[in-house]
Amino acid sequence: MSFDRIREKLNILADAAKYDVSCASSGSNRKNTNKGIGNATGMGICHTYTQDGRCVSLLKILLTNHCIFDCAYCVTRKSNDIKRAAFKVQEVVDLTINFYRRNYIEGLFLSSGIFKNADYTMERLVAVAKKLRLEENFNGYIHLKSIPGASDELMKEAGLYADRLSVNIEIPTKAGLKELAPDKNHEDFIKPMTKVKNEIMQYNSEKKIIKSTPKYAPAGQSTQMIIGASGENDMQIMYTSNYLYNRFDLKRVYYSGYIPVSYDKRLPVIGTEVPVLRENRLYQTDWLLRFYGFDIRELLNPEHPNLDLDIDPKLTWALRNLNQFPINVNTADKMLLARVPGLGMVSVNKIINARRFRKLNWEHLKTIGVKLNRAKYFITCNSKHFEHKDYAASQLKQIIVNSSNSKHKTAFTGQLALFT
Amino acid sequence: MQATTLVYDGSFDGFLSSIFEIYEQRITNPIIIKKSEFQNQLFGEQLNIISNSNHAKRVWDGIKKLLKPNGSKLLYYAFLSEIYGLENTLFKVIKYAFETQKNVISDFGNSHVLSLSKTAKKVSREKHRMEAFVRFQQTKDGIYFANILPDFNVLPLINSHFTKRYADQKWIIYDLKRKYGLFYNLVKTEVITLDLNNNILNEDIFTSEEHHYETLWKDYFKSTNIEERVNNALHVKHVPKRYWKYLSEKHP
Repeated sequence: MSFDRIREKLNILADAAKYDVSCASSGSNRKNTNKGIGNATGMGICHTYTQDGRCVSLLKILLTNHCIFDCAYCVTRKSNDIKRAAFKVQEVVDLTINFYRRNYIEGLFLSSGIFKNADYTMERLVAVAKKLRLEENFNGYIHLKSIPGASDELMKEAGLYADRLSVNIEIPTKAGLKELAPDKNHEDFIKPMTKVKNEIMQYNSEKKIIKSTPKYAPAGQSTQMIIGASGENDMQIMYTSNYLYNRFDLKRVYYSGYIPVSYDKRLPVIGTEVPVLRENRLYQTDWLLRFYGFDIRELLNPEHPNLDLDIDPKLTWALRNLNQFPINVNTADKMLLARVPGLGMVSVNKIINARRFRKLNWEHLKTIGVKLNRAKYFITCNSKHFEHKDYAASQLKQIIVNSSNSKHKTAFTGQLALFT
Repeated sequence: MQATTLVYDGSFDGFLSSIFEIYEQRITNPIIIKKSEFQNQLFGEQLNIISNSNHAKRVWDGIKKLLKPNGSKLLYYAFLSEIYGLENTLFKVIKYAFETQKNVISDFGNSHVLSLSKTAKKVSREKHRMEAFVRFQQTKDGIYFANILPDFNVLPLINSHFTKRYADQKWIIYDLKRKYGLFYNLVKTEVITLDLNNNILNEDIFTSEEHHYETLWKDYFKSTNIEERVNNALHVKHVPKRYWKYLSEKHP
């Protein structure tokens, strides 16, 4: 193969693929049983990090950036005047294998612009995965995009070779989708997602009876939503997210702050700052739903349709529910401790472990590495001192915000300091 | 009370044999130290420990029974940190477990347990980083070769990961600091020592393709970055500068 040509294609097609934020390589369980190359274990590995601090774990490329669609928010939209390129199936296979052998990557994340039609595109994505598995004996991680509108037969085949499948919803509401991506319709997203979900369910039930049932997308499905392109509030975004988790049993929903790529009047102008802080708050909310036992209605509801930017969502919730505090760290059960602002699951587990040996006081908490700067206002322990002095919520918020060293702090000090 | 210094060969078996002797001879105030770190002392008694795999196994079985597979794993990880004097912390944890006959591995209120746990965590992080940051280069004789200079002695810990993963290619991972390596010969992985002089890193020994793939990888690293989101603090937090030497994408 011509090195220069490959190099050019890689530059174009990696650049176009970078807006997909998912780079997970975890949650699969493919072993290297055939003396082949690679495996995909439960824990992912980040082989390097980009300058923007994101994990690089997979070779993330588009098969092609030719596209028949004209979605306003997308850099590869039909009407955009950019260089186009397309990989051959074998080229993607060779790149993946050679990167993998050098321990650069955990596997491949293959997406594509849509050329001709959905099935034609999906067929090629499946062909790459099939070749990697059957001809190269590759057991590393493969993440394929489900092309909206692809047929059930192709989706079924895709899951036999891929570890993860994903369809990007991109726009959280039907109305927004109509506005920004008029060629696409909502049902086209739902169809492959439903198919994959049903196949996974079927696989799980068959696996119980027949051990040799071939794997089907063992790392599940995910999706992505663009944040800040179409004017949704946080409640709309998170309720959609919650619906997707429940309805399709997704492993992950990713939130991607919109990076302006177009002069289209329907969208934020080029140069608008990427809403990274809002994105961060949405991820925190997502975590509270999945690991901390919160119900979405506790965090976002018609009275509170948006998340606070200056404090995290758990603290916001706690300040609205001060009557539930303080909590005794020596007796409270795990999920109650998980609701204390400033305590993550790691700290919660440390507390649970350590209190089996003795009643914990402030010193103990500090030595086992529990961060108390926020938590101390919401807990009691085996000590007479405790911080809670019946502050009103707004006072407490001020105290915590003033004592924290958030890197975003400058964004919230109402005015610029004249002398620094 | 006078201290007894137990000098062992630096191996894990040697360390466990030292523990055995402490109990066998009822030594009340022991200090365990590697031979390579030992300097003759004027005061106190000195005891040279000869590694004994039988004794080691008996101690190890006893530890495993109390600390369970998970806890004993942490103890082994902490040992591989090779931190000066840590043997004595490990001994105190073992003693605490034997005395209380309990699995004390999560009793973080005990400062020795906490210190063991923190060290094990550091070693585990280094292990994970080596699994991530090792970069193989293909030599002309078809071996995928990588040098490492890890903070801790993690080769024994990464052996199984690489053996499972790269089952159809010959590879070598060589620890330049500790002067030994792992060689997988398509059948099994063996410990090797090489007579490495500086020209091992000579570009001549690698295939011409090697350079191409390095270039493609560097390009990919650049293309996949999103300029609008640059966050160097976060970048350096994830990839501390001391690891950049392994990473071709960070070389100019």
